[in-house]
Amino acid sequence: MKSWLLRVGAVGLSLAFVALICVVMGASPVDVAVSFWDGAFGTMDQTARVLSTLSPLLLCASGLLFTFRAGLYNLGVEGQLVAGAIAATGVAHFFPSGSPGWLVIGLALVGGMVAGALWGVLTGALHVFGRVNEIFAGLGMNFMAQGAAIYLIFGPWKRPGVASMAGTEPMDRSLWMETVGSTDASPTALILALLAALFTAVVIQRTYFGLRTRAVGQNLRAARVLGVPAVQQLLIVFAACGLFAGLAGALQVMAVFHRLIPNISSNLGYLALLVVMLASFDMRFVLPIAIFFSVLNVGSLRLPLTLGLESSLSGVLQGALALVVLLLPRQERSPKRDLGRAPAEQGRGA
Amino acid sequence: MDFVPILATAIATSTPLVFASVGETFSERAGVINLSAEGTIMLSAMTGFAAARATDSLLVGFAAAALTGVAVALIVAFGSITLQKSQIAIGFVLALLGADLSSVLGNPFVRVPGPTVPELSIPVLRDIPVLGPLLFRGDALVYASYLLVIGSTIYFYGTRAGLLLRATGEKPTSAYVRGANVSRIRYAYTLLGGALMGIAGAAFSLDFKAGWSHRHTAGYGWIALAIVIFGGWHPAKVAAGAYLFGILQSVATVAQSAIPQVPTQVFGVAPFALMIGVLVVTSRRRAGGTAE
Repeated sequence: MKSWLLRVGAVGLSLAFVALICVVMGASPVDVAVSFWDGAFGTMDQTARVLSTLSPLLLCASGLLFTFRAGLYNLGVEGQLVAGAIAATGVAHFFPSGSPGWLVIGLALVGGMVAGALWGVLTGALHVFGRVNEIFAGLGMNFMAQGAAIYLIFGPWKRPGVASMAGTEPMDRSLWMETVGSTDASPTALILALLAALFTAVVIQRTYFGLRTRAVGQNLRAARVLGVPAVQQLLIVFAACGLFAGLAGALQVMAVFHRLIPNISSNLGYLALLVVMLASFDMRFVLPIAIFFSVLNVGSLRLPLTLGLESSLSGVLQGALALVVLLLPRQERSPKRDLGRAPAEQGRGA
Repeated sequence: MDFVPILATAIATSTPLVFASVGETFSERAGVINLSAEGTIMLSAMTGFAAARATDSLLVGFAAAALTGVAVALIVAFGSITLQKSQIAIGFVLALLGADLSSVLGNPFVRVPGPTVPELSIPVLRDIPVLGPLLFRGDALVYASYLLVIGSTIYFYGTRAGLLLRATGEKPTSAYVRGANVSRIRYAYTLLGGALMGIAGAAFSLDFKAGWSHRHTAGYGWIALAIVIFGGWHPAKVAAGAYLFGILQSVATVAQSAIPQVPTQVFGVAPFALMIGVLVVTSRRRAGGTAE
């Protein structure tokens, strides 16, 4: 009961903080809230966009649950998403035109998953064998993926004549994934994301694999001594996270943008990290929080038009929420092998 | 090809990174990883620019930026030292929050003119061949960065306080037994690191990338964090890493015209990818204030 009160207080505190910023910027918080609501639910198109943002967010969050369970801060999820997007574009790009659309789309999605998983495994290998902290291995791979995407967009895959930030040549209509009416919402993408979330919840909560992952996350050395193949386990969770993120990237290309753009990830990987932290690494909370974050992201797009405010205001609210919840007194369920925390504990306990 | 101007540009563009990465070195050496660097630098670049423009005083701008850095570092310190929460999680959230906050609050200042740090070449020294144009035709901030690197190296390895700082990060228990207040020391250096990161932000918006636009310093915070590992938590080596990054950037600008086959946009991201690539290849250490 008390923890619920704390959580409500946290939400209140974050809202108050954002309201204060609105006032500082000369806008009424009520107007901002109305604009958010209109932006997300004003038209069918906008509501559809909430759903189309939800799919990649849910996929990345599902993937991150695997790596978080293994005690890893996998900031590389962003790059894994981009790798998936590149692979999907590549498949669509190189397939002879006139091939059946469903086949190309299917292969593009599989290609995205494979590329994301490989990108993830590479990050994992750097971490496990190169002994690079996973945060920096991931960040490095993010920069690499971003660089590769920009190279392709402005180089080999540039639009004839005009290479620009607008991205590669739009794909043939036959390769667009089916959506509801003329909106952005792809039922297939949403179903895939929900299945991924369900799969993750079951694997992590109910299988021996999930148990082993948690063992590795809580005490790598002990797990190894007890016979858990820890290295293999770590590489598999990196692959799993990359696979889901890669699928998210492929869906961004095939269902939403229909081409590769420099900002293909739209920071959804980082946002998914916030979602998972805010959910205390618990799948039951991931879905509602992901929905809420999608609403905020889409709703904020109207702010510059209606009130002259930056759409990053949604990010401020999301960040403030995550920060306040992180600082709340509660049972810590964050990864155990947080290298930075150990010395602080020693310092105080000594 | 004339290397002196390329290197001189490299030194100038590296200066903000020197402040940021040396600041982070202080913090990590004391045992606190301030992962918020990306957000701190962006937010303080914005507040520094806004304050300097509003008051038309560079000094106020730098002070405001430093205070912004201290404020963010205070959240990291309070969360990780006092509340014993995960500093990685708090730092990461602050990295995102700071960036978004800078975008929202900095909106009125996008692409408006503001004061910039004036050039200040040092008489006599500037006429030394090669070294003169390389080192002594910068501005006050460049010279301050030299002092920071030299001063912090001496502080780390030549003073009792520096010894205590290193002990706090590496062997907090022993430091505590010896009568040191580990928490207080960690607070102090985390805040100092934050102040230096704040100055780094203002160094961008008031000097080397003068002005403010959305996501003005994108990527530099992450690079600063990587450079600290690259330099092995040693201020002089960390600064060397920052200069290496500056050289990569200068080379990228030059290479742009030399290799026309590669699209120019790639050179914008290449130094970031290369720097992290170098780190990943050379690093066999784990990140953390506690050296092995």
